[in-house]
Amino acid sequence: MRLRADQALIAEWIRPRSRILDLGCGDGRLLAALQREHGASGYGVEIDPENIIKCIANGINVVQSNLDEGLADFDDNSFDYVVMTQTIQAVRYPQRLLHEMLRIGREGIVTFPNMGHWKCRFQLAFGKMPITRHLPNDWHNTPNIHICTIEDFEDMCDTENIEVLQQTAVDSEHRAGLAMRILPNLLGEIAMYRFRRSLEPPR
Amino acid sequence: MPDSIPADSVGVVSPTTLHFDEPLRLDCGVTLNEYDLIYETYGTLNAESNNAVLICHALSGDHHAAGYNTEKDLKPGWWDNCIGPGKPIDTNEYYVVSSNNLGGCGGSTGPLSSNPTTGTAFGPDFPIVTVRDWVESQARLANALGIDRWAAVMGGSLGGMQVLQWAVDYPERVASAIIIAAASKLSTQNIAFNEVARQAIRCDPSFHGGHYRLRNVVPERGLMLARMLGHITYLSDDVLHAKFGRELRDGKFNFGYDVEFQIESYLRHQGQAFVQRFDANSYLLMTKALDYFDPAAHFDNDLTKTVANCQANFLVISFTSDWRFSPEKSRELVRALLDSDKDVSYIDIETEHGHDSFLMDIPLYHNVLRSYFARTLREQQY
Repeated sequence: MRLRADQALIAEWIRPRSRILDLGCGDGRLLAALQREHGASGYGVEIDPENIIKCIANGINVVQSNLDEGLADFDDNSFDYVVMTQTIQAVRYPQRLLHEMLRIGREGIVTFPNMGHWKCRFQLAFGKMPITRHLPNDWHNTPNIHICTIEDFEDMCDTENIEVLQQTAVDSEHRAGLAMRILPNLLGEIAMYRFRRSLEPPR
Repeated sequence: MPDSIPADSVGVVSPTTLHFDEPLRLDCGVTLNEYDLIYETYGTLNAESNNAVLICHALSGDHHAAGYNTEKDLKPGWWDNCIGPGKPIDTNEYYVVSSNNLGGCGGSTGPLSSNPTTGTAFGPDFPIVTVRDWVESQARLANALGIDRWAAVMGGSLGGMQVLQWAVDYPERVASAIIIAAASKLSTQNIAFNEVARQAIRCDPSFHGGHYRLRNVVPERGLMLARMLGHITYLSDDVLHAKFGRELRDGKFNFGYDVEFQIESYLRHQGQAFVQRFDANSYLLMTKALDYFDPAAHFDNDLTKTVANCQANFLVISFTSDWRFSPEKSRELVRALLDSDKDVSYIDIETEHGHDSFLMDIPLYHNVLRSYFARTLREQQY
């Protein structure tokens, strides 16, 4: 089973044999690959029953839960990484969830479709809400209720006292190229962040 | 019996009764010097003996889980929709064992059996058995069948509680534990329902302190009432409404106490059918086993500690409309398993059928089981 570009990069970011919680894990392919190739262990959290069946078939632990109702099932500091790929834009309280991630895990990893990508800007410039590969729905019928740009996300990390440890932007087919590294907010389709609670006192 | 046995049925099956001479000391302090367990098997045990699945039955279930006992049977075993060739528990792959619990009335030693010390039936003198006792007796059955480790132990309701007890008592003998519509202990409300059921039986004038058989009577009304009450709690209000509404049998009020509403007719029918097949003393024992079940009581009332030594991969399933064993109870168990870093998957199946959902052929539910068993098989083969 092929990983998406952002998922494949996560596999490079995490240390081997880590304990991982994957929020909105879909069919479980990321966790299955991390288990198989990196000796990782952990759980997926998913709401969609058909995805849960696929997770079970893929050999991962999966717990049905609604991310909007919080993560009370999980203890403080019980995971090395809490991962959430292309899901944060669909949750009701993104800030709250980021703090929950850092309560449960030592580090968090999120990926999300970057609204600052030139294709989005281009469509908006012509007066239309962007519809892209990663944001494929009409504005009135979309699960993606909290879309942001790379700059927006970094601003929030700043105000929420979250320290970014690693970041990149990718497109769905390729790795991060030089141009994407120079102008991520314009050229990156998918933004990726690894972060932790800042050790500095809040400003 | 249908006109012909369906291709996905295990077919005509006969139970086997195994006699055990090794005394079994029960939780209540009494020792059963000898006892019988009746069981059925479906499928074939493989050479490695690693494809065996144990089915644990619920309150009123028995060992006859799948197939037909005779060509004339009208209905197959109670979990036939789940067990058979090509079904979620595929008997082409798995060897399925289903036994009747001690104290039951399906053929294992219970109140209907002869007490070796008196030569007459135990009746109300049959000692109270616990879920732990059942697990112990089934472990001996496993020994006799040459099964060191179950590929899966599986059950719903009281049967699901028994699965949990298995995983706690014999960590190394359970590869997968499938716990459906169950709880780690009964709620107060559940105990209350059981007490009303017991009182219904015990207050029946035909009960005679449990010695009704000596007088050739049966506490029919009490047992029927107990079942009627139980039945209401196994279904949801929505389902009762959808099935019966306020429909009247004669289409009008008769201003009397005979059956008028269809729901009354249905409940009486259910109650009467139950009296034909179940023993009142067994019913009392089963409800007690339910009430007493609380494995955490031996671990400082800490469920996380209780499951700490389990080695099984757990699958926990609940049903959204089940108010007798609510999803919240399943979640409690899942939380404890997560806290102790156990392998666990959990799904809450959306359905309107209440507690009885676990017996039904609900596509999503059966697909979850199918997917899980297919994976268990794959993992066993490595």
